[in-house]
Amino acid sequence: MSKKILIADDEPNIVAAVEFLLQRSGYEVHVARNGDEALKAVEDCNPDLVLLDVMMPLRSGYEVCKRIRERADWGHIKIIMLSAKGRDAEVSKGLSIGADLYVTKPFSTRDLIAKINGLLQRP
Amino acid sequence: MSDFASRGQRFVALCMLGLLLFNYPILALFNVPGTVFGVPVLYAYIFVVWAVLIALMAFVAESDR
Amino acid sequence: MLHSTAIVFTSFAYLGLLFAIAYYADKRADAGRSIIASPYIYSLSLAVYATAWTFYGSVGRAASDGVGFLPIYIGPTLMIALWWVVMRKILRISKQNRITSLADFIASRYGKSALLGGLVTVIAVIGILPYISLQLKAVSNSFTILVHYPEILMPTRVGEAPIREDTALWVAMILAAFTIVFGTRHLDAAEHHQGMVAAIAFESLVKLVAFLAVGAFVTFGIYDGFGDLFARAAAVPKLHAMMSPLEGVAGGYASWVWLTILSMMAIMFLPRQFQVAVIENVDEKHLNKAIWLFPVYMLAINVFVLPIAFGGLLRFPDGSVDADTFVLTLPMVEKHEWLALLVFIGGLSAATGMVIVETIALSTMVCNDLLMPVLLRLRSLRLNERRDLTRLLLGIRRSAIVLILLLGYLYFKLAGEAYALVSIGLISFAAVAQFAPSVLGGIFWKGGARLGALSGLTAGFAVWSYTLLLPALARSGWLPTHLLEQGPLGIELLRPLQLFGLSGLDQITHAMIWSMIANIGAYVAVSLSVSQSADEHRQASLFVDVFKQTGEVGGARFWRGTASVPDLYSLLARFLGVAAADAAFAEYASAKMLRWPDDPLVADAELVHYVEVQLAGAIGAASARVMVASVVKEEALTIGEVREILDEASQVVVYSHKLEQKSRELEAATAELREANDRLTELDRLKDDFISTVTHELRTPLTSIRAFTEILLDDPEVEVEQRKKFLGIITKEAERLTRLINQVLDLAKIESGKADWVESDVDMKEVISDTLAAMDQLLKEKDIDIQARLPEQVSVVTADLDRMIQVMLNLLSNAVKFCDSTNGWVEIALAERDGCLRIDVRDNGRGISPEDHEAIFSKFHQVGDTLIDKPHGSGLGLHISRQIVEHYGGRMWVESSLGSGARFSFTLPTGARA
Repeated sequence: MSKKILIADDEPNIVAAVEFLLQRSGYEVHVARNGDEALKAVEDCNPDLVLLDVMMPLRSGYEVCKRIRERADWGHIKIIMLSAKGRDAEVSKGLSIGADLYVTKPFSTRDLIAKINGLLQRP
Repeated sequence: MSDFASRGQRFVALCMLGLLLFNYPILALFNVPGTVFGVPVLYAYIFVVWAVLIALMAFVAESDR
Repeated sequence: MLHSTAIVFTSFAYLGLLFAIAYYADKRADAGRSIIASPYIYSLSLAVYATAWTFYGSVGRAASDGVGFLPIYIGPTLMIALWWVVMRKILRISKQNRITSLADFIASRYGKSALLGGLVTVIAVIGILPYISLQLKAVSNSFTILVHYPEILMPTRVGEAPIREDTALWVAMILAAFTIVFGTRHLDAAEHHQGMVAAIAFESLVKLVAFLAVGAFVTFGIYDGFGDLFARAAAVPKLHAMMSPLEGVAGGYASWVWLTILSMMAIMFLPRQFQVAVIENVDEKHLNKAIWLFPVYMLAINVFVLPIAFGGLLRFPDGSVDADTFVLTLPMVEKHEWLALLVFIGGLSAATGMVIVETIALSTMVCNDLLMPVLLRLRSLRLNERRDLTRLLLGIRRSAIVLILLLGYLYFKLAGEAYALVSIGLISFAAVAQFAPSVLGGIFWKGGARLGALSGLTAGFAVWSYTLLLPALARSGWLPTHLLEQGPLGIELLRPLQLFGLSGLDQITHAMIWSMIANIGAYVAVSLSVSQSADEHRQASLFVDVFKQTGEVGGARFWRGTASVPDLYSLLARFLGVAAADAAFAEYASAKMLRWPDDPLVADAELVHYVEVQLAGAIGAASARVMVASVVKEEALTIGEVREILDEASQVVVYSHKLEQKSRELEAATAELREANDRLTELDRLKDDFISTVTHELRTPLTSIRAFTEILLDDPEVEVEQRKKFLGIITKEAERLTRLINQVLDLAKIESGKADWVESDVDMKEVISDTLAAMDQLLKEKDIDIQARLPEQVSVVTADLDRMIQVMLNLLSNAVKFCDSTNGWVEIALAERDGCLRIDVRDNGRGISPEDHEAIFSKFHQVGDTLIDKPHGSGLGLHISRQIVEHYGGRMWVESSLGSGARFSFTLPTGARA
């Protein structure tokens, strides 16, 4: 059974790229285009990993991350924050509220896939 | 300092006024026979001017309280 | 029945009361709760001016001259009006230099000259002797008269009485003893005699009450008020002329004026007046009240003088009773013995008050300014090595008091009988008036020199002696009278009473004219023709510029040399005693935040100056200078150096003014800086935000570009369709990046004012048409209905055509971007009104909530934030558009609410740029 990954980002082109990459790597991909959608999608499809953009409409990535971490039954969900804001303060903020990784845009696609694979314990 | 200076000038002016009023020829105007309320004119003049002068000095000395 | 024992007993009881008051005041002062620190006590103590002369003599003068006694009180009233200018300055100078007497003041002003101090002392003592004798005469006469109650007996030729009945001598001795107890019980470094001042103030009340009592008794008791009294006097032909007495009297007006001037000087320079007004003053502010209270006192004590004089003349028409005694003899003849006794006590108050203060002042001068400078210079006495000199100082003063009173008595015996009370007093007035040029010149004219003061005083005093003292002695039979009638050696021009042929004036006026000419003339002429020493120059500056200096250390600037602390301490201890020296050093140390004697003091200029000032308080400036010079190795400053210091000082004054101004400017500048800093901090924050936002906006398209590029690079097997799509995205994102970079640069140019504005006449109608044409393709794609309502013709605006197109393009593309996705329409309107073009661009999108109306015009604010579909704008478009419109004096704003579309509007002034 393939692992499920949720992509939450308001930039359609970035979503398109990541979606293509993940699908090619054999993941089941779901997409959300804002914070609210993201939370709903987590509820609906119970992903193994969420790629969260920080600056999203309606609800920021930080907020979504916090909500996910508040739910005990979602404890297994891995979270990777994606952000164009790469300052140290933002990275540590993201990690402190429960993200597993913080990846700064623009990112290397190979790195990103490797990190995702690592988190989901796949070679 | 300006208040001090202006008060000084008022005092000097009062002194000048006194010197004028207690001197010839003003004094001669009142050096005449006759009485005011029973008091000889010259005596009455001197004491009244004197009293007014003192009152003015008191006013200037105490004015800024 | 009044017995002599009763009178003597009452007198002593009264003196005892005075002593009790003084003792109490001293105790209070020692406890630090002074009772004389009051403007009322100060004013009353000034009334020591009213002596037996006022108490008995004014009536005597009035009985012969009418108003002739009044200049003696009007003069001081006028002078006191000047006190605000003159006395305040003298007070300040005296406090800063610890002046102990009039002689000290003059000596100190002219380079601490011991010679000048001595001369002033001699003039003061000789000049005041007649005045003291007047008091003795008044007291002994009134005693003699009162003893014979109810008989009215004139005490003529008292001098012939055997010594044990010589009342005047006894009076002199008792007053001497009393004064010694009062004024020289201990040595005060500041010459303050608080007990004495309290007693004097009390005496002033007593004499005023006594005089008012007898005045009221005569006016309302014997007669029926002022009107009645004057009417009866006018009925007597001899007295009628006195109702307008200034006419016909020899030199009537001249005499009046000169007496006024003389009294103006006297109130300043009588040693006792200087003592109470300056030396005993504890607070400069007391002047404010004294300036009018003291004149009120003088007015009050003079109101009944004329009534008493006329009453006396009416009661004793035969001239058998001396008018100087009317105050006492009127109650006696009416058989009011208690009132007579009260009058006697009042007269005693007036006389003792004067004698006590006068002799204390004179003895201080004799000690500090005459004897000590001489004694200290006599090496054979080895005074420098004596451990304790306080006993010597007190001894000298006590002897001086006795001596002065004995001399007063002697004068009374020699010349007292030949003159009326007032005439005797006026001789003294004329003597002390000689100090006026040196003192007044000294505090207002820096050019006044030591030699000038010496010459002026000597000349004035010589003329005074020749024209007043000599005739007094001649008239009393001690010198041949032909001296007065024919002049010395028969030279008529030199007759003392008609010097150089000046006649027709009374004696005082005559003497004043000549002595003042000599005094002022010599003072000014000599001062102008000699050059001042460094010491004189320094002192002149310290005195004249007293209000420009701060603190007591003013004099310290002028000292240079070496000294040791133990030397200075033992010097002070020798003159003030160990306790006072310790106290002085402790005070000095504590001002420096040190503890005496534990912490080491530095024997610098300031300490030396401090010791000299302390010492000056006890032995006068001139003596203090000699003593200090004996323990320090002083390097004399040259006149040039003193000038330099003074110039420096005046520069410092100017500089400090400038400094004040600078500091005010600085404060303003600081406020501005703080504001600017706040603005900068805000700008910095904005810049940070800006960079952060720009970075974000740049990274987002880069992310897509990099991701797709890597995908295409890593995976050559991507399908052709997809590959095309990916490349399309890359191209679009690259364009977005380019656009963003261009706009950021554009904005930077506009904001820094470096943008090129190519101005021409722009027709906005054309701009709109061109923009619409350019967007034609897009509009067709999106199927949006465009309506343009344009007038036939509008005025041109002066603007950059490309910029105008940029603005229109921005607004229109926004409108297109946000308008309803299915039934979108956009409306453009152009109108001209009040010299302004107005362009509206309206859409039917979902609108903008009011709180965002301003925010959307700020950098990087994207309306799309609230939308599900994030628009691909830089967030700079509206901001730049508004900047462009505002550059041309127009305005840009938006009207909208959520759900009802938005209308963006801007205005542009037509014609010339507004």
